[in-house]
Amino acid sequence: MARPGKSETLVGRRVVLGMAGAGALGVLFGAKVQDRLARWLAPAEAADPTGLIDLLPAAGRFRFYSVVGFLPHRSAAAYRLSVAGLVDKPLTFTLADLQAMPATHLVKDFQCVTGWRVPEVAWTGVTLASVLDAAGVQSGATAVSFASFDGAYTESLSLDQARRPDVLVAYGMEGKAVSSQHGGPVRLYVAPMYGYKSCKWLESIHVTDRVVPGYWEHQGYDVDAWIGKSNGRDDKPVA
Amino acid sequence: MTSTPGSARAMVETTSPSPERLARFDAGERVLHWINASLFAVMMGTAAALYVGPISAAVGRREVVKTIHVWTGLALPVPVLFTFVTRRWGAGFRADVRRFNRWTADDRRWLRTWGRDSRVRSGKFNAGQKLNAAFTLGAIVVMLVTGSIMRWPRHFPLAWRTGATFVHDWIFLALAVTITGHVLYAANDPDAMRAMARGWIPRPWARRHAPAWEEEATGNVPGPR
Repeated sequence: MARPGKSETLVGRRVVLGMAGAGALGVLFGAKVQDRLARWLAPAEAADPTGLIDLLPAAGRFRFYSVVGFLPHRSAAAYRLSVAGLVDKPLTFTLADLQAMPATHLVKDFQCVTGWRVPEVAWTGVTLASVLDAAGVQSGATAVSFASFDGAYTESLSLDQARRPDVLVAYGMEGKAVSSQHGGPVRLYVAPMYGYKSCKWLESIHVTDRVVPGYWEHQGYDVDAWIGKSNGRDDKPVA
Repeated sequence: MTSTPGSARAMVETTSPSPERLARFDAGERVLHWINASLFAVMMGTAAALYVGPISAAVGRREVVKTIHVWTGLALPVPVLFTFVTRRWGAGFRADVRRFNRWTADDRRWLRTWGRDSRVRSGKFNAGQKLNAAFTLGAIVVMLVTGSIMRWPRHFPLAWRTGATFVHDWIFLALAVTITGHVLYAANDPDAMRAMARGWIPRPWARRHAPAWEEEATGNVPGPR
């Protein structure tokens, strides 16, 4: 057995080496292939009632990340958003309060720092700037911190970043209420930055005199998380 | 004990408990198999918790799950390499790796007909098993490299990260299919599955599924079928 006979070929070795080669090509060109596949799969996915296509890696949909051991949930009725810190009058918003304010609609991509991107997501909410203005930001304030009702997640923005028109306190997504999985009933959507800045299950906004790094930033991710200009990545910016 | 693996193998096989039982896997192989099976179960379970939306939502604790997944993955090659390099403990494993690697004309015919051609005389492993073994080894190598790029992106060119994620995801789906197949085939063939626990297989099984091996292991010429 041990001697390779005349008609024997070392196919096993070829398979292993072939996979290593294909894997290397995949690492080098996989991003492009994934983009093509996502566009190609999009119509089938939209028409797929089972949701199974979403399980394919190329499907270009959201992946669920939570840093705690449960799916944080709060009903629309019980939801409260507090605004405190260096403000003239600390406020608490109900979901109805937010919905009574002038709404902003954005259709923009969601880009994760791990590489996946969901194209053209429809977001509805109020600008973070309008929420801050309602409470009145005091002089000396330079930054804003966010906390999630998952009890663990935190994020932050400088005041200039927080006042951008493409930074939303979002309560609608793809024409529906933001689901618990996507961080509802209310989450942040920071369009120009990587997804980890878009704090899910938003519970409180604290105006501060300095930027306090958030959950992932303690683990080495950039505080100024501009898409394509941070974390060593060159993704297309979300403008 | 002789030091050449080939003759060690022959010795194991001729000292079978009785002629009706053929030694199929030695202790080193069986221990390695069940260690691998356990590690793969942990890998696939944590992978599902990281990757499949509803399961992620139910399990959460992403950092802990990720840490378990990464360290189990790094541990995976250790028992394989250990078994491969240990002289007597790894003798059966090394002999079977050689069998997996070598393809005969019968194997190629098996693959063309997916085992339906009754004239095919498979050896100890048929072509499907050989292909699965080679694919799994290749997958371990590729997953180890792409997983390392994903876990420590700063030590690699950053453009590789998306590509590594892409490759890691697709190989995961392929492994989910092949491992499910492996388990289902085993569940449908209790003799074959028990061989991985007790080491031997009934001779009629070998005559039916691995005639060339039965002949080799017993020195018998095949009788009329």
